[in-house]
Amino acid sequence: MPENSASMTEKIQKIGSEPDVAAAVRKWRKKRGSLIMVLHEIQNSRGYVPREVALYLSRELGTPLASIYEALTFYHYFKLEPPGKAVISVCTGTACYLKGSQAVVDEFSREIGAAVGASTEDKMFHLQCVRCVGCCGLAPVAIVNGKTYGRLTPADVKKIVQEWRDHFKDDPA
Amino acid sequence: MITATINGIQVSAAPGTSILKAAHQAQVKIPTLCHHPDLQPTAACGICVVKVKGAPNMARSCCTPLAEGMDIVTQDPEIVSVRRSILELILSNHPNECLTCLRSGECELQGLAQDFGILQSKLPKIVNERPLDDSTKSIVLDSRKCIHCGRCTQVCQQIQNVWALSTERRGLDSIVAPAGDIQLSESPCVRCGQCSAHCPVGAIYEYSETETVWKGLMDPGRHCVVQIAPAVRVSIGESFGFPAGANLTGKLYAALRRMGFKQVFDTNFGADVTIMEEASELVDRLKSGKAPIPLITTCCPAWVDFMEKFDNDMIDHFSSCKSPQAIVGALSKSYYAEKYGIPADRIFMVSIMPCTAKKYEIVRAKDMFSSGHQDIDVSITTRELARMFKQAGILLPTLPDEAADSPLGSYTGAATIFGETGGVMEAALRTAHQLLTGQEPGQLEFEKIHSLEGIKEMALEVGGIKLRVAVAHGLGNVQLVIGKVRAALAEGKEPPWHFIEVMACPGGCVGGGGQFWGVHDGLRKLRSNGLTADDRGAKLRCSHQNPDVRKLYADYIGNPLGGRAHQLFHTHYVARNQYAR
Repeated sequence: MPENSASMTEKIQKIGSEPDVAAAVRKWRKKRGSLIMVLHEIQNSRGYVPREVALYLSRELGTPLASIYEALTFYHYFKLEPPGKAVISVCTGTACYLKGSQAVVDEFSREIGAAVGASTEDKMFHLQCVRCVGCCGLAPVAIVNGKTYGRLTPADVKKIVQEWRDHFKDDPA
Repeated sequence: MITATINGIQVSAAPGTSILKAAHQAQVKIPTLCHHPDLQPTAACGICVVKVKGAPNMARSCCTPLAEGMDIVTQDPEIVSVRRSILELILSNHPNECLTCLRSGECELQGLAQDFGILQSKLPKIVNERPLDDSTKSIVLDSRKCIHCGRCTQVCQQIQNVWALSTERRGLDSIVAPAGDIQLSESPCVRCGQCSAHCPVGAIYEYSETETVWKGLMDPGRHCVVQIAPAVRVSIGESFGFPAGANLTGKLYAALRRMGFKQVFDTNFGADVTIMEEASELVDRLKSGKAPIPLITTCCPAWVDFMEKFDNDMIDHFSSCKSPQAIVGALSKSYYAEKYGIPADRIFMVSIMPCTAKKYEIVRAKDMFSSGHQDIDVSITTRELARMFKQAGILLPTLPDEAADSPLGSYTGAATIFGETGGVMEAALRTAHQLLTGQEPGQLEFEKIHSLEGIKEMALEVGGIKLRVAVAHGLGNVQLVIGKVRAALAEGKEPPWHFIEVMACPGGCVGGGGQFWGVHDGLRKLRSNGLTADDRGAKLRCSHQNPDVRKLYADYIGNPLGGRAHQLFHTHYVARNQYAR
């Protein structure tokens, strides 16, 4: 949709009255240097920062869209696309890495068919690497939607993926 | 003053002077890559490292201020080796495509690789493969060749205030692209091409249309005519061994004829016509009050694009007069075609411009088809013309001076200064004086508006009217001026100026995005001087004195701002709302 079209303008306008966006703008509008905080709030409430929200923030905060995207794309924390329903975070911190987490990451990637940092086409899974989740005793560790799996080997991956496929099977994308 | 030692030489400089600058003052050259005199130093590349006695690490001289008592060494084998390593690292992410790169021979990275004798790539090559973005049909962005010096983003964001380009992602993945990785044509880009003029390598360049021109010239069914913009004549020589600012008008006419153009016209003729219309518009607004003050000039297509996107509340203030390029285009397929009985659809009109945005202007609105055909078929930049001359084996330096062709070739001094900041204003004031008083102007020169200062203001009296005028160049400066006008209008106050000249590129067209690479204020000044001298030495220096322009109005157009004039010389503007910058 062209960003200068009337329907896009309307969409951007409407997004400003959605509670999370309105609250974030109200809270941070007057404070200089608060772009990252606003983006954090949107990321946390929506799981990603949609383009319409970025366009709205640019207008409301008087921050060039270019600056917003420089921040959004610099920090891995921010996502531009909705993540999959099951977000697989594999720890590649020092302990997990030494215990072979790279092989686990590779196996997840192969099993779901998406690269690290990407989602599957059906938006079921999103795969990402994270650094140290604070339970090195369980290394290597992966967390899927808040559920922790420890002492993983590549052989465990298939079962975990199936578990989440089953979990979401009645909830089509 | 701060005193220090550089390579054993005593130097003194004002507080805040960088080591790099202080070294230059002591005739010591420190190699640089990301540094550009127009821009703030960012220390992005690291080539300019030097040793400061007592400091634990080498310092980047571009952004390290000279401090009292510093003992600096700018070159020794270790420094050379560090610089070589930096170059090798940059080259490891840069495609080896010099032979098929537009910048070959004029590339700053290639130059350094040569100076430092880098004969092989020791490091594994990792090039970020990405498709070309030629969506604007004015400039081409080849992000693969980007070395992340940051010049283009700084010029786009800070100098031009356009914010089309940004640096996205990080590390090896980082790219220069519009926000959110969209196409340039969907971004706020106004096609000014300053990014290309500042790029040290071949990552941003003009959308080249030399092939289209050659095809036109080869087509026996087409009658090829050409026009050259003012700023081209004082810069083309730089590619052929002349100093910047050398005025090669006569040789250019000769060269274009040798390329095969049947008629060689001059955009300056159009500039004289522009002044006839624009000065009439100004006088009309001052006297009748029918249209609002201030009047703002519109010769610059990047500015028109910018205004339509971001300042479209000011459309009523815009001169409806077309640019000189568009006027010569329209006249070539109407007045000239009719006068010589050449069917307009056979005419192939090429314009040679210092500008990338002119490529867009020729199809900007339906008014650009005022002759019933596309008035200008193709617009190429100074850089493209230089390449075509070289392809054709035209020895520009040795060509005799020739004259342009009638009826669209003659010009006055007022027209030639259109290519420099302040020039359009000066030209318009000369003719406005005549229109208001019926007498030839006594004062022709207004030195105050000729400098490279970003915003210039002047108050003067013309024919009993007290006029306040402003001249702004560089879109960031333009925004400041427009902001003041908007604020005054919002408060119901009288606007601070009656007439405003705007040029998007710093220095005006002499520093245009289609001119030779490596522009800076020194070059802008020299080119500008070339145009000023062309005017100061001209016999006729007011647009209304041009006999061919008088004849055009008498025989064909009628009065300025009249019906025919409106059809051929005027245009309309529309709001093209864009996402906020």
